[in-house]
Amino acid sequence: MTKQHELMVTAGSLQECSAYIDAGASELLIGDAIYGLRMPGALTEAEIREAVRMGQARHAKVIVSMTNVMTNDMLRLLTDYILFLKDAGVYAVEYSDPSVLAAVKTYAPSIRLHWNAEMMSTNYATANYWGRKGAVRVAAAKELNMDEILDLKRNLEIEAQIQVHGMTNIYHSKRKLVQSYMMHQGRPVLGGSLDKERGLFLVEADRAQEKFPIFEDTHGTHIMSSDDICILEDLHLLLQAGIDSLKIEGFMKPLGYNAAVVQAYRTAIDAYVMNPAGYQFREEWLDRIRELQDPQRELTFGFFYKEQVY
Amino acid sequence: MEELLFKPSYRGKRVRLSKPELLAPAGNLEKLKFAVHYGADAVYIGGQKYGLRSNADNFSFEEMREGVEFAAKYGAKVFVATNIYVHNEDIEGIEEYLRHLYDAGIAAIIAADPAIIEVAQRAVPGLEVHLSTQQSTLNWQAVKFWKEEGLPRVVLGREASLEEIAEIKNQVEIEIEAFIHGAMCSSISGRCVLSNHFTDRDSNRGGCCQSCRWKYDLFEDAGGQDSEPEESSTGNAMARFPLFEEEDPAFTMGSKDLCMLEHIPDLIEVGIDSFKIEGRMKSIHYVATVVNVYRQAIDAYFEDPEHYVLRPEWLEELNKAANRPLNTGFFYDIPDHEDHIYEPKDKEAPYDFAGLVLEYDETDQTAVIQQRNFFAKGQEIEFFGPNGTFFKQTVQEMWDEDGLPLEAARHPLQRIRMKVDFPVAYFDMMRRKH
Repeated sequence: MTKQHELMVTAGSLQECSAYIDAGASELLIGDAIYGLRMPGALTEAEIREAVRMGQARHAKVIVSMTNVMTNDMLRLLTDYILFLKDAGVYAVEYSDPSVLAAVKTYAPSIRLHWNAEMMSTNYATANYWGRKGAVRVAAAKELNMDEILDLKRNLEIEAQIQVHGMTNIYHSKRKLVQSYMMHQGRPVLGGSLDKERGLFLVEADRAQEKFPIFEDTHGTHIMSSDDICILEDLHLLLQAGIDSLKIEGFMKPLGYNAAVVQAYRTAIDAYVMNPAGYQFREEWLDRIRELQDPQRELTFGFFYKEQVY
Repeated sequence: MEELLFKPSYRGKRVRLSKPELLAPAGNLEKLKFAVHYGADAVYIGGQKYGLRSNADNFSFEEMREGVEFAAKYGAKVFVATNIYVHNEDIEGIEEYLRHLYDAGIAAIIAADPAIIEVAQRAVPGLEVHLSTQQSTLNWQAVKFWKEEGLPRVVLGREASLEEIAEIKNQVEIEIEAFIHGAMCSSISGRCVLSNHFTDRDSNRGGCCQSCRWKYDLFEDAGGQDSEPEESSTGNAMARFPLFEEEDPAFTMGSKDLCMLEHIPDLIEVGIDSFKIEGRMKSIHYVATVVNVYRQAIDAYFEDPEHYVLRPEWLEELNKAANRPLNTGFFYDIPDHEDHIYEPKDKEAPYDFAGLVLEYDETDQTAVIQQRNFFAKGQEIEFFGPNGTFFKQTVQEMWDEDGLPLEAARHPLQRIRMKVDFPVAYFDMMRRKH
């Protein structure tokens, strides 16, 4: 039997969950306002329960993001939240801080643990270490290149999840950088929102055509990439390697766009699984995405074919 | 482990019986010697691999051995930063490298990635492992996890407040190290790949090019209440609304440097076991000055905690080596608009390291000085040494090695004999305002 490849997408509402399942997603990544980090929308507990029910009825697994940077204060409600997730029947939790790992193992050992330390999930030895601590999947850093990803997969004792499409976070601070800047100019932001809906972005002098989205929420200031990863053309390399879950980051994108992206990747995955040997990428799959792509954000291979130095 | 007495008072305040460790950066062997001589209890250095300062003048194993030997004479320890986030290609060689560190007499490594931590624990059990600040540990459950993993010390994330540190200390018995002075990442440590995106340099493997201190323009897509549209030459495609005016400074993420000198009692009473100074890339003058000041403050507190007062000359000293404005980071509150740097660029530190005292001859009150920067007759200079030795004087007569009189010291590392107003000693430093 051919290997199963999950197609994951982040969702910010029940409406999005439903649309993305329709489009062909098999895993939904959702989160709340406290433990979730940079989610397209914060789901309430009632909505998380509903998402799980929806997923169970329509064959999609619900994974909850808990990758926020954990403080003492956030520990106070942690046990309750984990017990709630267990009761709701979520499939897995994404964690980066050991406090979340420890709480899930203690209070909800049936929930799968996925290790996602963002840009710090960079090698197989560390992923296998977390595997021995209880994780069953690693969400690899978006800054790894294709060779590193293939090598990672070859040496992993747990599942691998790779982001194949969408923007990435490139900077996260607990400081209020936009508020501070406006205040320094003598033009304080009086109750005005600085969140992702505001459409704020940075431009660096030598890269005048690139827009780096920036926003503030209760977790601090976040800066996002100016381009969107799209590896659809070379998806077969990841499928050949047996990557377990292919992630589409839906953050800061309209529902229609994400649904089209999910559909395109679903088509490609199904075509590959049907006939791996005869699989060929078809330009028309990408055309639909290109039509909907924000003209000010380039579709790129991200770090897949970059060589980094240090 | 520090010995602590718990006293039922506010915020876990405690009376300490033993001093916290003063931990200083040492970018090379010479800086190590100065840091130790000026009062550091331990220094941290970088080796040729696995460290986050790939541009620094890093130590060979031979230099490490010499540094360890030098430090041991003062009862000081040497730690090595192996704080990168490892990539697959870095895995082979970790064990061999760590064995070399241990053989060189290194007391501990500072590591963030379990790929390094695990190897150290398995293969080199004598080498202590301290969890790096790059793990951004900010809660006691995570600290407890690392303690159960066998780590004796955690370096907290730079976002930890005094209140949070107090809770961590109360919940977990483990050594806590915290940065108390120096430059800071404005991001949560590790959670920044600006360098990777802008220059293809991997910030989490030492390639950081400090893009956070570059200048940016802040815009918004749609016209909000705070902005007017910008004239666009390319039609409507890039219509954007600037959130700044012509004369405004640019947006930047650069933060002011941390300085907790004025809050030594808080740091001691909350129970921080190791006070860490940042700056493996900083000068000898910087390291010696900063270590010297904190050494005196810590010693003064333990001399008489009840009557401890901050001495204004300590702050004056620190400012002689500072090249950025200072603040208290996250210890008391989340930084605001006064805690970031919007000025065009860093200023130079106001003082130069002008010469190093090699010898003193009390018969004729002269010293042999090794030249480190230009100085000339008639200029005002300062001498300082460990334990607050300090005086100012004017450069008087001086001679070169052949006894010929000199008007100015122009040659790097030249040995110069000069008249001094008060006794000085080997390792004392001479600085000059520029």
